[in-house]
Amino acid sequence: MKVPYKWLLDYVDLDKDIREVADALTLSGSKVEEVEEFGREISRGVTGKIIKREKHPDADKLQVCQVDVKDEVIQIVTGATNIKEGDIVPVALHGSTLPGGIKIKRGKLRGVESNGMMCSEFELGIANEDSVHGIMILPEDTPIGVDVKDVLGLTGGVIDFEITSNRPDCFGVYGIAREAAATFKAALKPVETSFKEDEDTIRNYLSVEIQDPLCRRYIAKMIKNVKVGPSPEWMKQRLEEAGVRSINNIVDITNYVMLELGQPMHAFDYRYIDGKKIIVRRAEDNERFITLDGVERSLDSSMLVIADGAKAVGIAGVMGGQNSEVKDDTNTIVFEIANFNGSNIRITSKKLGLRTEASTRFEKDIDPNLAEIAMKRACHLVELIGAGEVVGGVIDVYPKRLEPHRLEVSPEWINSFLGTDVEVSRMKEILESLEMKVEGEEILKIEVPTFRQDVRIKEDIAEEIARIYGYNNIPSVKIKGEAVEAIKTTEQKLIETVKNTMVSSGLYEGITYSFTSPKVFDSIRLKEDDPLRKAVVISNPLGEDFSIMRTTGIPSMMEVLGRNYARGIKEAGIFEIARVYLPQDDILPDERDRLVIGMYGNVDFYSLKGVIENLLSVLGVDRVDFESEGENPTFHPGRCARLMVRRKPAGFLGEVHPDVSENYGFEDERVYVAEIDLKTIFEASRLERKYRALPKFPSVTRDIAMLISDDVTVGEIENVIMRAGRELIESIKLFDVYKGKQIPEGLKSVAYSIVYRKENGTLKDEEVNRVHEKIVKALSEKLKAQLR
Amino acid sequence: MREQLEKIKIEALEEVGKASNSQELDEVRVKYLGKKGLLTSILRGMGSLSPEERPVIGKTANEVREEIEGALEEAKRKIKDREKNIRLSQEKIDVTMPGRANVIGGLHPVTKVLDEIREIFFGMGFSVAEGPEVELDYYNFEALNIPKNHPARDEQDTFYINDRVVLRTQTSPVQVRTMEKTKPPIRVIVPGKVYRSDASDATHSPIFFQIEGLVVDKGITMANLKGTLDTFAKRFFGEKTKTKFRPHHFPFTEPSCEVDVSCFVCGGDGCRVCKGSGWVEILGGGMVHPDVLRAGGIDPEVYSGFAFGMGLDRIVMAKYGIDDIRLLYENDVRFLKQF
Repeated sequence: MKVPYKWLLDYVDLDKDIREVADALTLSGSKVEEVEEFGREISRGVTGKIIKREKHPDADKLQVCQVDVKDEVIQIVTGATNIKEGDIVPVALHGSTLPGGIKIKRGKLRGVESNGMMCSEFELGIANEDSVHGIMILPEDTPIGVDVKDVLGLTGGVIDFEITSNRPDCFGVYGIAREAAATFKAALKPVETSFKEDEDTIRNYLSVEIQDPLCRRYIAKMIKNVKVGPSPEWMKQRLEEAGVRSINNIVDITNYVMLELGQPMHAFDYRYIDGKKIIVRRAEDNERFITLDGVERSLDSSMLVIADGAKAVGIAGVMGGQNSEVKDDTNTIVFEIANFNGSNIRITSKKLGLRTEASTRFEKDIDPNLAEIAMKRACHLVELIGAGEVVGGVIDVYPKRLEPHRLEVSPEWINSFLGTDVEVSRMKEILESLEMKVEGEEILKIEVPTFRQDVRIKEDIAEEIARIYGYNNIPSVKIKGEAVEAIKTTEQKLIETVKNTMVSSGLYEGITYSFTSPKVFDSIRLKEDDPLRKAVVISNPLGEDFSIMRTTGIPSMMEVLGRNYARGIKEAGIFEIARVYLPQDDILPDERDRLVIGMYGNVDFYSLKGVIENLLSVLGVDRVDFESEGENPTFHPGRCARLMVRRKPAGFLGEVHPDVSENYGFEDERVYVAEIDLKTIFEASRLERKYRALPKFPSVTRDIAMLISDDVTVGEIENVIMRAGRELIESIKLFDVYKGKQIPEGLKSVAYSIVYRKENGTLKDEEVNRVHEKIVKALSEKLKAQLR
Repeated sequence: MREQLEKIKIEALEEVGKASNSQELDEVRVKYLGKKGLLTSILRGMGSLSPEERPVIGKTANEVREEIEGALEEAKRKIKDREKNIRLSQEKIDVTMPGRANVIGGLHPVTKVLDEIREIFFGMGFSVAEGPEVELDYYNFEALNIPKNHPARDEQDTFYINDRVVLRTQTSPVQVRTMEKTKPPIRVIVPGKVYRSDASDATHSPIFFQIEGLVVDKGITMANLKGTLDTFAKRFFGEKTKTKFRPHHFPFTEPSCEVDVSCFVCGGDGCRVCKGSGWVEILGGGMVHPDVLRAGGIDPEVYSGFAFGMGLDRIVMAKYGIDDIRLLYENDVRFLKQF
């Protein structure tokens, strides 16, 4: 909210620089967003009187003026044509500055010395360029030689506050003045509300009925013999500084009161009020209504309207209607000052897409007791600026008066809660400066004014004291008491291990959005009935592309890889701990972390598999199987593995199906991805290690080479070898797989090194031979291998 | 025979002296000491000697052999040294050529900063708590004193799944979840993704990271909140960092504050990061509202606590001088390789 500084000074004496005030208020809880300081850029500007004006000897379009600036008479050359001798004008002296960083220096124009510049309103930063014609001519009685900033009122400024939703009382200049008074220990001055009214009574002209408790209070007052016209300059200026456009004196008064006290109000033209009555009621469903801005709106029965005997004349708390607008020829008006349920106004304003100065205030729940003083203030202003005559009497419908809240709190508790040592007397002083009534010493009995609905409990009182006392005066103390041990859960440790292993495998960590487009399921070729297509749907997404919570991490990884590829990056290896959100029979989905790995460029299936094997080994995951997977539509049917951990599926890895990689912009580039469910592998992880004695006896290594059908996997061969030779095999190592020349069609040559060892003695040749032959036999019987 | 031996000795030693490499030396050894060598054949002829002569000549022959062997050994060592020196002098390499190493990847800058912050709080006794991102409206709002139609809901543009479920707009819902599960003393931080329906631009992202902190125990004060955050600010931004606590309003803390730190880029002189003010707002916090403690099953008459929350992305951006938040989520490897 914009608060003109001078307006603020009406209610509290602050002999301070505007910035100092802004900083102090920020620290006491009224956060300043911006300070606009008037005339800040203007220096060495004075008023001067043109005492002589001559034509420039060498330039037709220039004039040479002698200007009296009190201490001296200076010569200025100008191109302006609107000046004459005797005019008083703003003069920027040599060495002065003007808005926009302009510096004025002595110089010569066509050979004639010029010692400054006479300024236009535009040059002083107080008007637009196109609205200005020549030098600004000041009133005849303007003293000369004085600072132009004083003459033009370019002092003070505007402080823009961020008002939080709990402080509707600060939505007016007076509320901020109250805060300033408390902050600077200054006195808060009362609002001037006196006015005269005639003998007549409003009851002869109007009645008010509240039909719905959403309206908590309605005050009406009438003004007759209204003279609609422009407001006085001072009022216009304040409104404009506060960011509100001046309309006419009546509308301006309503806005002035709102800006000053935080209480919105409205003026109706009485001649358009049918049936001499005002009714506050719910709107009909689909009721049509044209608001002051000329827009026709469709209302519903959740909304509150102000109506007369025949029709709605305003949307309560939001905007008045065109049908009862104050016009130039308006003679009699009704001032409305009402109070409404904040949530209702908020919802109405949201539904209509219409946020106004009034609704912004009402939706925060204004104090209904504010209405009375605001009405008096409005009448005072009517009288002050001569806008009309106040009709006697008032209609004030206020079914349930809001009483001040009372609570008790001990100063000792406050200090123990804040960790401070504030004196009781200071506490009382602070609370009283915020217009709370306080009694007692041991226990403070506090009566909270109704405009502070946010103060309900003792913690609220603690905050009031803390902020005025100053947060920065609260000591900074480390937590005492029982030492608390920080603990990492197993899962947290494992996640760290996963990340570190990925990094040491040469991969970079990526982070992607968790929501995505439902179209990605087509991009990765999921079947129509794939269960992954069932996703958590966002009801108000930023767009279809971000409308579902992902059920697989592969599409985001493909997008990242595709983006890198499109940017001409030749190779990339990325991993992400990607959360997926799987709908389940619970109100919340099953959130699972997946390790997603993606790579392309200078890699193959086995590069990807190696990374995963390393990880599983680091995590101590046993009973791992990589099963050939030909059915997963995202992958190359011949180059995909399903990872099985303890016979449970843990994820997939493989070369991406060319249709999928094309969908992500790849051309003739093989792309590899894996998605592994971390929970599944963590459940099989065993990080404890046990020492096994180093071998005391030598090992024997035998190689074995065979021709075997191409369909037999290395995994199957290894199973057979291990099963047949379990008793003596220490390890086996695949060292050659060959297809091609010299190998018959449909077969391949596979060679292993087998290391045999006995724990309790040196192996004898016969022992090794026996086992080795068992293996050979098993291979030829079970897998039809031909030993070479 | 004695002369013969003497002659062999002289010749052998001479040849040893002449040998210039290990191969020549080996030839000398074979010539004299080999199975068919000169000395060997002499020794073989000892059978023809008289029993008196035999021990004398035998002794001499052994002495000759030892002497030759010794000389050979000595020469061998010298030659090896020489050969080693030659090898060393020929094997100079260009040490400025690039090394061969396994490629090492890297963590995302958000993770790096998060890890750093986690370490600092870990040292102060804070464990890490977690909670769901698709969250009940109850935990995200209602239990935090933000009922339906509360104006604070407007300030956080929320993604809704349905009436009861939202994408969490803050990490704060984990506060009540943690209190429900844990008895005080509680000391946790909660890092995680949060969601707001802001269209993405250079400074906004609909998904970003927050870190929440929660402490609940007997006798926790606002001074403790300051002490904890001061310590954090100094550890993270540097020992000279100053903090400024400003009153603010959050429905779930009372009193509430916002915290500025002296600008860690310019040190307070004013720069682009702090918009010339010398201060950067980094977090919000306050004393946990008694309603929130109660929602977590904790008696506010016995316990008190503080909570705070900060946006991680902005800290990451300021720390590394990143000017566009979208870079964090694009994952261009040329970007990722820089951290």
